[in-house]
Amino acid sequence: MTTATASGQGARSGPPLGGFSPTVLGLEIRRLLRNRRTVIFTMVTPSIFFLLFGLNASYATTTPAHWHGNISAFILISMALYGSVLANTSGGAMISIERSQGWSRQLRLTPLSPVAYIVTKMMTSMVLGLVSVVVVNIVGLLSQKPSMPWYLWVATAASVWVGSLLFAAFGLFMGYLLPTENVMQIMGFVIMLLAFGGGLFVPLSVYPHALQTLARFTPLYGLNQLVHAPLTGQGVEGWWVLNVVVWLMIFIAGAVWRFRRDTARV
Amino acid sequence: MKATGAALGPRTDSHGAPAVELRGISKNFGHVRAVRDVDLTIGHGEIVAFLGPNGAGKTSTIDMILGLSTPTAGEVRVLGMTARRAIQHGRVSAVLQTGGLLKDLTVVETARYVASLYHRGADVNAALHRAGIAGIADRMVGKCSGGEQQRLRFAMALLSDPDLLILDEPTTGMDVEGRRDFWSAIRADADRGRTILFATHYLEEADAYADRVVLIRKGEIVADGTSAQVKSLASGRTLRATLPGATPESLGAIPGADSVEVRGDTVLIHSGDADKVARHLLTETAAHDLEITSRGLEEAFLTLTSDTGTGEGQ
Repeated sequence: MTTATASGQGARSGPPLGGFSPTVLGLEIRRLLRNRRTVIFTMVTPSIFFLLFGLNASYATTTPAHWHGNISAFILISMALYGSVLANTSGGAMISIERSQGWSRQLRLTPLSPVAYIVTKMMTSMVLGLVSVVVVNIVGLLSQKPSMPWYLWVATAASVWVGSLLFAAFGLFMGYLLPTENVMQIMGFVIMLLAFGGGLFVPLSVYPHALQTLARFTPLYGLNQLVHAPLTGQGVEGWWVLNVVVWLMIFIAGAVWRFRRDTARV
Repeated sequence: MKATGAALGPRTDSHGAPAVELRGISKNFGHVRAVRDVDLTIGHGEIVAFLGPNGAGKTSTIDMILGLSTPTAGEVRVLGMTARRAIQHGRVSAVLQTGGLLKDLTVVETARYVASLYHRGADVNAALHRAGIAGIADRMVGKCSGGEQQRLRFAMALLSDPDLLILDEPTTGMDVEGRRDFWSAIRADADRGRTILFATHYLEEADAYADRVVLIRKGEIVADGTSAQVKSLASGRTLRATLPGATPESLGAIPGADSVEVRGDTVLIHSGDADKVARHLLTETAAHDLEITSRGLEEAFLTLTSDTGTGEGQ
């Protein structure tokens, strides 16, 4: 800065952390919880799916060889992942809606840096993801069907929550790509498809061979395998990690590409 | 809220930089030349109306002053720095035309949101009071009227206590009462010595609230002065007569003729001294069927800013 530090007016400096503020984070979370559709999508739907699919009497009594818990616990983890992925995707969807309402433009008249804005959105959706994971796990506990050691409840819930960050990047990419207000419906549908592809709703072994092979390339496959590994006692396969890393890079690259276009000053 | 502003009196930049300085800026959108080689300097504390019809290039120019877009050519300086830096330092803020609000926040939450983005804590309550919306602080933004939303945008613009406040068509879509309330809030604030630039296509708004009027037409500044000066440019009367064989050159030579137009045998002469022109036409030329009409202020403004405005045929 070259001008006027003596006047006091000129001494104003840009904000630290690019304008990131806890006040904004708090207000964003409050907004999210005011949105009934989001709450239903991320908390009620996965809980209901668990109650529908996870309470079969044989699931509660069956513990496959080498597993550290029963099938009901397996389905619980799948549904927690489903809810958390939806929650993380919603952060990006909010950006899409805010762009269409002109709020993003308004924020460009403030010191808030676009990166701080995105970090705030990601943190907001992570809070929502956490609430979603906790709610699904509480529903599971209350149903008394899932069974696994307490440390696996904690470990799988934590890995589901952290792993869903992959879909925060996906949400941002889609949020900048899709210019509509009903982006959440589109994403809800896409996540549903990916959940089938990743084996969250039905085991991949029920698919024909070709479809099974294809499924191994979809973005929820690796993450789903990883978060279940502590329960099933399987060794982690390199392919799962590769799947997650490659998709993360694709989503981040896509988000950065669209974001740069969006903030480019024409 | 501001540490030194009150002690400074009239705000001046210590290096004497003007509030806004546009040097030869142009903006093209494809083949459309929205802004053409505009030079404009606005000093500290001035209240300037940017007057012109829709599509004249007002918003394009404002976007460049705010750093929302970059000029195709020319240079923009705001308070002696780049537009983006002035925004980052909270020294310039704006009330934009539409949008830019979240429907699912309350009025006070919206103000707190924006206030928290500035380094120094801004006084949310003071801004709401000055914008006249402290009474509806807990109302959802989506339930506010257009005028209330506009005053919220104004409150948001006040939060950083900016040196320069820019308003883009601030009263579009408001009813008469909303407009009056909005302007009385702006007016009360302007007494604090802030530089204000507002775009409008309402002549009476420019007349009532600005010290200086900059008239823009097709991306070019066509007049710049006090509102009285600009009005006198646009006032006067139109004389219409039948005068076969007249040329724009011969008519332009008539004393007192400001602008002339020839339509077949009919001539139209615009003049600030219609009597003088009429006397000349009737005594020195073969003109007949003379009619003299006065233009309303609004019509005069339209003439100044329309495609076939003054100056044609001279």
